[in-house]
Amino acid sequence: MKTLEDIRNMEVAMAPTVGPRPADAKTTRVLVGMATCGLASGAGTVMDALRQAVKELKLDNVELVSTGCIGICQYEPIVEVLEPGQPKVTYIHVNPRKAAEIAKSHLRDGQPLGKYTMTNPDDLTMDDSTPVTALDDTGIFRKQLRIVLRNCGVIDPERIDEAIARGAYQALGKALTELSPDQVIDIILDSGLRGRGGAGFPTGKKWRFACGDRGKVQKYVCCNADEGDPGAFMDRSVLEGDPHAVLEAMAIAGYAIGASQGFIYVRAEYPLAVAHLRTALRQAYDYGLLGKNIFGSGFDFDIDLRLGAGAFVCGEETALMTSIEGKRGEPRPRPPFPANQGLFGKPTILNNVETLANVPQIILRGAEWFRSIGTEKSPGTKVFALGGKIRNTGLVEIPMGTTLREVVEEIGGGIPNGGSFKAAQTGGPSGGCISRENFDIPIDYDNLTAIGSMMGSGGLIVMDQDSCMVDIAKFFLRFTVDESCGKCTPCRVGTRRMLELLEKITDGKGAHGDLDELEALASYITKNALCGLGQTAPNPVLSTIRYFRDEYAAHIVEKRCPAGVCKSMISYSIDPKVCKGCTMCMRNCPVEAISGGVKRPHRIDPARCIKCGNCMSVCPFHAVRKG
Amino acid sequence: MEQITLTIDGIQVTVPKGTTILDAARSVHIDIPTLCYMRKINEIGACRICVVEVEGMDNYAAACVYPCDRDGMVVHTSTPEILEARKKTLQLMLSNHRKDCWTCSRSGSCELMRLCHRYDVDDTNRYEGPVTQTVLDTSSIHMIRDGSKCILCRRCVAMCNQVQGVGVIGTNHRGFATSIGCAFEMGLGQTSCVGCGQCISVCPTGALQEKDSTQEVFKALGDPRKHVLVEVAPAVRAALGESFGLAPGTDVQGKLVAALRRLGFEQVFDTQFAADLTAVEEAHELIGLLQSGVRLPLLTSCSSGWVQYCERYFPDLTEHLSTCKSPQQMFGAVAKSYYAEKNGIDPAQIVMVSFMPCTAKKMEIHRLEEEGGLPDVDFALTTRELARMIDRAGIRFTELPDEDFDAPLGLSTGAAALFGVTGGVMEAALRTAEKILTGAAPERLELTELRGIAGVKEASYTIAGQTLHVAVVSGLANTRALLEKVRSGEADYQFIEVMACPGGCVNGGGQPHVPFDVRNFVDVPAKRAQVLYSQDRKHALRLPQDNPAVEALYREYLGEPGSPRAKALLHTHYRKLRVNPEF
Repeated sequence: MKTLEDIRNMEVAMAPTVGPRPADAKTTRVLVGMATCGLASGAGTVMDALRQAVKELKLDNVELVSTGCIGICQYEPIVEVLEPGQPKVTYIHVNPRKAAEIAKSHLRDGQPLGKYTMTNPDDLTMDDSTPVTALDDTGIFRKQLRIVLRNCGVIDPERIDEAIARGAYQALGKALTELSPDQVIDIILDSGLRGRGGAGFPTGKKWRFACGDRGKVQKYVCCNADEGDPGAFMDRSVLEGDPHAVLEAMAIAGYAIGASQGFIYVRAEYPLAVAHLRTALRQAYDYGLLGKNIFGSGFDFDIDLRLGAGAFVCGEETALMTSIEGKRGEPRPRPPFPANQGLFGKPTILNNVETLANVPQIILRGAEWFRSIGTEKSPGTKVFALGGKIRNTGLVEIPMGTTLREVVEEIGGGIPNGGSFKAAQTGGPSGGCISRENFDIPIDYDNLTAIGSMMGSGGLIVMDQDSCMVDIAKFFLRFTVDESCGKCTPCRVGTRRMLELLEKITDGKGAHGDLDELEALASYITKNALCGLGQTAPNPVLSTIRYFRDEYAAHIVEKRCPAGVCKSMISYSIDPKVCKGCTMCMRNCPVEAISGGVKRPHRIDPARCIKCGNCMSVCPFHAVRKG
Repeated sequence: MEQITLTIDGIQVTVPKGTTILDAARSVHIDIPTLCYMRKINEIGACRICVVEVEGMDNYAAACVYPCDRDGMVVHTSTPEILEARKKTLQLMLSNHRKDCWTCSRSGSCELMRLCHRYDVDDTNRYEGPVTQTVLDTSSIHMIRDGSKCILCRRCVAMCNQVQGVGVIGTNHRGFATSIGCAFEMGLGQTSCVGCGQCISVCPTGALQEKDSTQEVFKALGDPRKHVLVEVAPAVRAALGESFGLAPGTDVQGKLVAALRRLGFEQVFDTQFAADLTAVEEAHELIGLLQSGVRLPLLTSCSSGWVQYCERYFPDLTEHLSTCKSPQQMFGAVAKSYYAEKNGIDPAQIVMVSFMPCTAKKMEIHRLEEEGGLPDVDFALTTRELARMIDRAGIRFTELPDEDFDAPLGLSTGAAALFGVTGGVMEAALRTAEKILTGAAPERLELTELRGIAGVKEASYTIAGQTLHVAVVSGLANTRALLEKVRSGEADYQFIEVMACPGGCVNGGGQPHVPFDVRNFVDVPAKRAQVLYSQDRKHALRLPQDNPAVEALYREYLGEPGSPRAKALLHTHYRKLRVNPEF
């Protein structure tokens, strides 16, 4: 058991052990990104190789630490070296062989290996001669501001002491010993923090609604960790990389509204997050930071985990609570709102992982500090998972108000292969597209809603000229059709009929009137569906129609897919003048649709061709045409 | 209570805070359509047919669940946009619905069809597309589940889970693949469904229906070698009129008898005769148990849904079940023995047909059939099937004269009529017992504390110096709660009447469908119950043992109540079954 004093002393004593090393430090800290992104890229073998090298080379002064997501998932496995008195060196795309080399050259001999580091932000090629640069100086990081991700990639998430060294549980201590529950709520209200799960509802308001009758009724604090948007992994990274921030925030929320029980609803497909949460819970209980009489304040707070079985709809708050209750995870009508009748019919607040991760910092640094970041109506930062046609995929945290252009071009490094930006999709299946005309719009809740998209939980998928917007709309709608719970008619049947219309259009069978029917169904579903999932399901269709109507028209009227994606509308042919008869395409055709002899021009049989595009990608002479 | 004043379609209305828009609108004579909504039972806002516009809200509100929660709310219930939205909802439902409306058993009583008329769904194929893969489940004895007609309102699920606490059906799969079914897609016949049919009685479409025996009965009636007899349960006469446009609560006993006679039954008899017989047998059983002090509390056994439930869910309490057969079965047993002998008819030639407010009776006639022997009853049909037969035979029901049941097995007392409503069996048995014990008719015949269709009632009586704690329960979820108290010793009763259906047989799973726009606002079972109370009140004979035909039966054939012959014919035994027979 630790007192608040113990925790404060620990922070002071241990702070230097987790950050950049002072010159008099005794050890070199070597971080390996071991979140899901790192592990998927082979960080486990890198860690093994480093461990072996440290042992073999007897590097007693090296401390190997596994850490959470560093943010540039594309460059995993990542190894960072913090030597006493030296700037941080970040190695990317490390494999066991490089790891052994790094151990010898850098860790033993003090010679950093420039060729394996991320160097010039504008030139990602690696070269022996380029100087070593710290990751933080690259374009990816310069525009970022890390509040939620402040510990991700910095601490070992499985060691509570490292979290404490970075200030964990100080905010809880402050709340319990210096602030009344109402003052806590006031701070959150003043900070202007809005729900990071997507809808942007003011967090303080939510807490205020649920704060009545403290101590008289059972209440609950729920953490929504059922992240499910395709391409979104912000919450996973926070849970994997800094679980204590969430636990601390839940306890603060419990204190604020008068709840003694918390539930984290986390999807079972996040095994590492679940494991780290379990470890964090055990350690927090061991230190008395959860449980009875926290910091001697008389406040009790327990947290239990509930694992979701993978239904997207369980991220909807009422469905999530229904699922925690042990029933089929389906939304229920609101009102009653959870603040009045939530989990098991009791007042409940439900906050998303990222929202909660902001809370301790706001309590510690104050509402004014938080409001100084971001825009007036959307203070703070937002974490985005960058994906799609962008050079730097990964996790970024930016102040609200950053423009899409900055995110795509500066942080994201632009579109690869000389492509051009066409649109970005935010808000996942509930969101919409942001087209080039809104490239310079400052990203915040209200601006995104105004242009027909939404903040959503933070997935940001970039599309270039080769992306078909009708196909994109179909992709997202298919997702919602698959994930509809089936409870209400508009979502269950309506989205399905919409999808069939989209399939008809992309199959080249679109007819006059289909677009009107799509729009009519879309607005019907928006108005009539039971829950947020259904109400927003048509958004990807509506926003692509809004900004790319001509592309729909091309599909319907001209039976043409301008981006060359919809298979029914494209055909492949070989330009006999360019073809050298090398047979490469013939050998790579999976359906033997290509004929022709050696050194004689080849031909594609359109009746057999399945339009896989293999021939085009393997032809060394660019003789295959798509049209 | 805080009052809220709001405007609905330009009409100002003041209601208690929290009243739903649906009810507030109703109070000013505005009807908002509903489909999935069942008051207090299924308030899930799923079907979206009841959407209304609330000014200031982005989306439409489901009137069935949206509360009037702020002064000055402005609600519009039938703007062109709302009407269009409802129409689209119906068209979407139709796009995933097998539209064999011409021959569907619910044609005419289908709530979906009625709404399609009402909202001018001129193009029923507007959103044609692939349909959800569903099964036609014919595995159970009493009913058919046809997923292709299901609109997923989940009224059946709410009924089975919340009201009956049986829970053998639920929602399977999700999204467009969602269907109502049993766990692991078992057939209903493989589950521990008790056959109460409450799911059928709340289904708005033809997705759930009883297995129809009308053709077989018509066939038997046309077979000159068969001696076709009919018995009809008390609750049928209290509800059948609804199928012919008469108001709920119309007593149609006379027309019912006339119709049955015209259908060609050899003799038109009354299950109420057997109800009197049951009361006598059961009263003797009760007295015997009270004297010996064993097997208490005695549990009634008239409701076959309840008997099924007890055997599966409370097998440890089957000892407490009265060994009396249900009136339906007693009747068949008497008809194929006493009546057959008396009239020189080969029992094997008798076709015993019963009309019941019940679907569990279809299961009951097959009970213990593995033990061999002639079945007591050959065909058990519901009130709805009876209405279909009358209609098909071209009988203009409402124009029929009133006729009387045939003697002797058509004779009954007022007490027998009470069997059709929760509490009635108890009342009849107590009347009988008191006369047996004291030798005189009870001073107070009508035990009003046991009347009414509330789910749980209890009372204490002193009969011949002995105090008797009794309970009356209907609806199986209520039953479960009560029996768990009995099991734990928390409750101490000597006699408990149980009816599987909430309110008893008047609200049985085989009764005419009542659309929920009526049922949500009118207590139809209570109106039906009044028919039976009134029959009792008007009857010259109100004690079961005073039934001359019952008296003759004992005198001529059975001897004493509880005699070996009575035991052999009128009593049964119970099995200890398991909830999940497949596992």
